[in-house]
Amino acid sequence: MDIIASLGLGFSVALDPINILYCFIGVLLGTLVGCLPGIGPTATIAMLLPITFSLSPAGALIMLAGIYYGAQYGGSTTAILINLPGESSSAVTAIDGYQMAKQGRAGQALATAALGSFFAGTVATLLLAFFAPPLARAALNFGAPEYFALIVLGLLVSIALAHGSILKALGMIVLGLLLGMVGQDIYTGQPRFTFGIRELYSGLNFVSVAVGVFGVAEILRNLEDEKSRDVMVKSVKGLWLSMTDFKRIIAPVLRGTVLGSLLGVLPGGGHILSSFASYSAEKRLSKTPEEFGRGAIEGVAGPESANNAAAQTSFIPLLTLGIPAHPVMALMVGAFILQGITPGPNVINDQPALFWGIIASMWIGNVLLVLLNLPLIGLWVKMLSIPYRALFPAIVLFACIGCFSINQNIYDVYAIGFFGVVGYVLIRFGCEPAPLLLGFVLGPLLEEHLRRAMIISRGDPMVFLERPISATLLGLALLAVIIAVLPGIRQKRKEVFVEED
Amino acid sequence: MAVSNFSTKDLVSGAMFVAAGAYFALEALNYEVGTAFRMGPGFMPLLLGCVLAALGLGVAANGWKKPDTERPLSPPWRAMVLIIGVIIFFGATIRGLGFVPVVLVSSFAAAMASRLNSPVFALLLAVTLTVLCTAIFVVGLGMTVPWFGPWLGM
Repeated sequence: MDIIASLGLGFSVALDPINILYCFIGVLLGTLVGCLPGIGPTATIAMLLPITFSLSPAGALIMLAGIYYGAQYGGSTTAILINLPGESSSAVTAIDGYQMAKQGRAGQALATAALGSFFAGTVATLLLAFFAPPLARAALNFGAPEYFALIVLGLLVSIALAHGSILKALGMIVLGLLLGMVGQDIYTGQPRFTFGIRELYSGLNFVSVAVGVFGVAEILRNLEDEKSRDVMVKSVKGLWLSMTDFKRIIAPVLRGTVLGSLLGVLPGGGHILSSFASYSAEKRLSKTPEEFGRGAIEGVAGPESANNAAAQTSFIPLLTLGIPAHPVMALMVGAFILQGITPGPNVINDQPALFWGIIASMWIGNVLLVLLNLPLIGLWVKMLSIPYRALFPAIVLFACIGCFSINQNIYDVYAIGFFGVVGYVLIRFGCEPAPLLLGFVLGPLLEEHLRRAMIISRGDPMVFLERPISATLLGLALLAVIIAVLPGIRQKRKEVFVEED
Repeated sequence: MAVSNFSTKDLVSGAMFVAAGAYFALEALNYEVGTAFRMGPGFMPLLLGCVLAALGLGVAANGWKKPDTERPLSPPWRAMVLIIGVIIFFGATIRGLGFVPVVLVSSFAAAMASRLNSPVFALLLAVTLTVLCTAIFVVGLGMTVPWFGPWLGM
């Protein structure tokens, strides 16, 4: 199909008034919740996921995508205004953005973030439209061994990018894989690890695990050390960029977009890497590197563009291969499955309206973001002053109600509590929860493809090395691990992530 | 202490991995393991359980000679009991008591998890949240759950 015709189809879906409404609601909700301090995109989507069940598949996914970049954007706002990044990818924005806000240039920082994100989002959406179809076609030739290798690659790259101990990250992945095996075995129907509870036969509810590990555990973590926080910036003025500012941000935005688009495709947190990479690139290329960390506008423009471009291109592996690149995409997989659609290379042919509709709606969502954010900035600043002690009870309630409403299953609610405690204990002892969630989502896929591949090869594990694509993918996975454990790179990783802690 | 030469963080997380790995591996032995050609339901969990246990040992060993430098904050016991209690209470009573009373009680109890919240503030928050949640989920999204459940004789 011709790309113009495809995009036309997409826009006809995305411009359907009802879908524009869903997109708008998604972006609004996402920004709203993303602006609330202490809640990142993952928790936001996990919490709001149940709300989308009653919608049509296109409406639900358009709204979720809207929530995603809305929350991402809201996270940058909190990073700039109160130095509290909603998630790790906006941690970099906080470095210079907060300094700009302190110097009374919060308006310019926010405008830079908005414009940079918009430009990057537009480019990345186009890239997605161009590259997704051929990739999906290639993926149709993938057999079980290739998929197995791809999943292994995704999981291992995600640890290469995780900060902290690699052994712990590996452990969290394996734990996630094991948790994904709870429920009936796909081939024999044998119930596994269910304690005889019939409600667990269909497996642990994905939303429960996500809100438990990312929502409840985070609340417990925050309640360890309660302090009230002051919002320093009470009002934001001067959203317009001067000509000089404009000139200063053009090149960083362009470079950020390129970096972000490339790195976003990587499985396992490419969007985090991209903002860090863009920041260090800008710092190195700058004629005045000493300004970085003291409110350099380039330090906001580059990473924000990179981060948003990566957010869009991270949909590529999801839409073409059905492999989530990071926890938020893992939640999107959950949303697809709950809508009765298996994400993967078939979506583009079986449901072209849905596929292209989502892509087109991303661009519309980006337009809505700019329209919403700049004029309403006063409202977002007000949101920041809501104290956390009033917010977390609402999160707990939303999590319970949301999970219960999916299947009316009370064990889904109990699972939130269980994973809240497990997540809290693991975080407390220095394990990151993101690899666990990726492992949990990919576990059943990994097992299915491994077993299928072994049946095809009659039990010969060499099949993974004899087939060129799977051998290449496994080789890349091995390379990722080697790079991650090399002492020189480890040192670099420490430097890169040092601002985050 | 004998373990003072170890990082507590690594030791504890390693132990947790070993325990979880051992549980999954042992439980998997109850299922058919099968062969590499035709893997049974127990194959992957057994394999991964052993890998997890081995990783746990590695994590613990990695903490050798890296004693803790920072004093950890004490866990928020009150918050843990209240919040986990709220979640269990919610699951156990949502069908019996109905939406409005469960949400009211739950949000009050959850709000009390913070030491900064006074009972009056918690009550105000609970009422606000109840109105809000009922409006969004029951009225707005048409969630099928009674406002007041059968236990209350309604």
